[in-house]
Amino acid sequence: MSSVVTKFGSLAEYEKGGVTIVDDNPRNYVFSNVFDVAAKSAPYERIAVGKNFEYVIEAFRAEGESAWYAAAHDEFVLTMDGEIEVHLVKLADPGVVDPESLGAHRLANWPDGAKMGRIVLRRGHMALLPVGSAYRLVATAPAAGIFQTIQGPETIERWAEICQVD
Amino acid sequence: MAMSLVAETHSNPDASRDVETLAMSNETGYRRFRAGKFHFARDEYFARLSWPGGTRTIPIDAFLRALMRDVAWGFFYGTVAFDGIFGTINHYGTVTLYAGKFDDAYRAAGRDYEELYDSPALMSLFREMLSDWTIEGYDPFAAPMETGTAWGKKSGSNEAAIGRQRVTARRMVGLPGDTPVRTDDLGFPVNRDFADVAQDQPLVEAEPGFEGEVSAYNLFGYLSRSDVTWNPSVCSVVGDSLFCPTSEEFILPIEHGNDRCEWFLQLSDEISWEIKDKNSGKPRATVVQKAGDIACMPADIRHQGFSTKRSMLLVWENGSSKIPELIAKGEAPIVAVTF
Repeated sequence: MSSVVTKFGSLAEYEKGGVTIVDDNPRNYVFSNVFDVAAKSAPYERIAVGKNFEYVIEAFRAEGESAWYAAAHDEFVLTMDGEIEVHLVKLADPGVVDPESLGAHRLANWPDGAKMGRIVLRRGHMALLPVGSAYRLVATAPAAGIFQTIQGPETIERWAEICQVD
Repeated sequence: MAMSLVAETHSNPDASRDVETLAMSNETGYRRFRAGKFHFARDEYFARLSWPGGTRTIPIDAFLRALMRDVAWGFFYGTVAFDGIFGTINHYGTVTLYAGKFDDAYRAAGRDYEELYDSPALMSLFREMLSDWTIEGYDPFAAPMETGTAWGKKSGSNEAAIGRQRVTARRMVGLPGDTPVRTDDLGFPVNRDFADVAQDQPLVEAEPGFEGEVSAYNLFGYLSRSDVTWNPSVCSVVGDSLFCPTSEEFILPIEHGNDRCEWFLQLSDEISWEIKDKNSGKPRATVVQKAGDIACMPADIRHQGFSTKRSMLLVWENGSSKIPELIAKGEAPIVAVTF
């Protein structure tokens, strides 16, 4: 039996570090914690916790069924805590999302297209959300994850609420 | 062709290619090297550097760890500081070799010195230096507790350690034709410090015809099998958004002065970052990141990380070729988000 203990965080138990300033502004470090953000958000709100030009990392809490989403580019989802099921549908009409658009788009209706498959992710598992598909997430118990994506209409920015400011 | 983390986009005909491998020392067995007016020699304990008006002595283990990263990363983004005085600055096709450029005292005394090189020429010299100066049993990529020492006179080599191929997924690890998931059979056992990390793989049920797109893998398990430290590698790609997770133990062998904002998401355990002003070297902050913490390094700092327990860190880079132009124009943002 290994005596090693690798510390991962969870929605139920996470510990934040922080920025100790010598000569700087703590806001410059945009410091937050994905479990803290997910725990305080509504299910499937996509909260930006990282932003690099047009690209973002969005943190979310999975709980119940999400809406269906699609993007005009690849996205990735990484489960940070719990278990998240991913359902994928090949869009019969990829044009439901403007091919020039960025970020995830919430679909108004159940997507029309062939079922691509199902993935069950646990902590540390990453899945491709491929361009040309629609996806939804399902979690029977609260779980947390992040998206690697581009800022879009579903991205929520609330930096002053989530980041260390002093 | 795997996607490169750092692309070469700029050339300069005035950049020097004047590099040279010099004779072997009869006393130590190591070769000396020259890049322009910079001279490099090693002895049993130290790398000894000299340039017009200055010298620098760096413990050889630290020097080789830094050199290993500079070589493996293709000079990386921005400044790779071997210590507070000596380092390289990547211009993505050319590279500056400097001494004292980012030290107030050196600059005030007029002791700072630099030369511009064609990147492939300097890289070739650095590779030869790394090969000649790394002895049998020493692995500059490994944590100190997982390798022998770098000390002593010339004794063999370790090409297997310094010749590792950097992981650069085109789309995502594990996809057909992309970089494979690490396994025992591929020579990647679970690291001793991640012995408790779950190795289960996601349940993937792909309908016929979609096997190549319905894909997932255990990233944490993948990182637990990394045989190197402080070596971010591309594992998933959205345009220029590069997820470059890495496993970290002991000290980041360089002070990295990135030329662009760089994000760190701590996936496990803890890293403490010492932040200094890029130009003066004066302390600006300490950032402690625990599992789930995410922070951005501004573009005007240099940072160095410390991790006692081997930890998992997601380094998030923007590899856009437009950014060097923005940097050159002074239009690249210093901080990623203002609020």
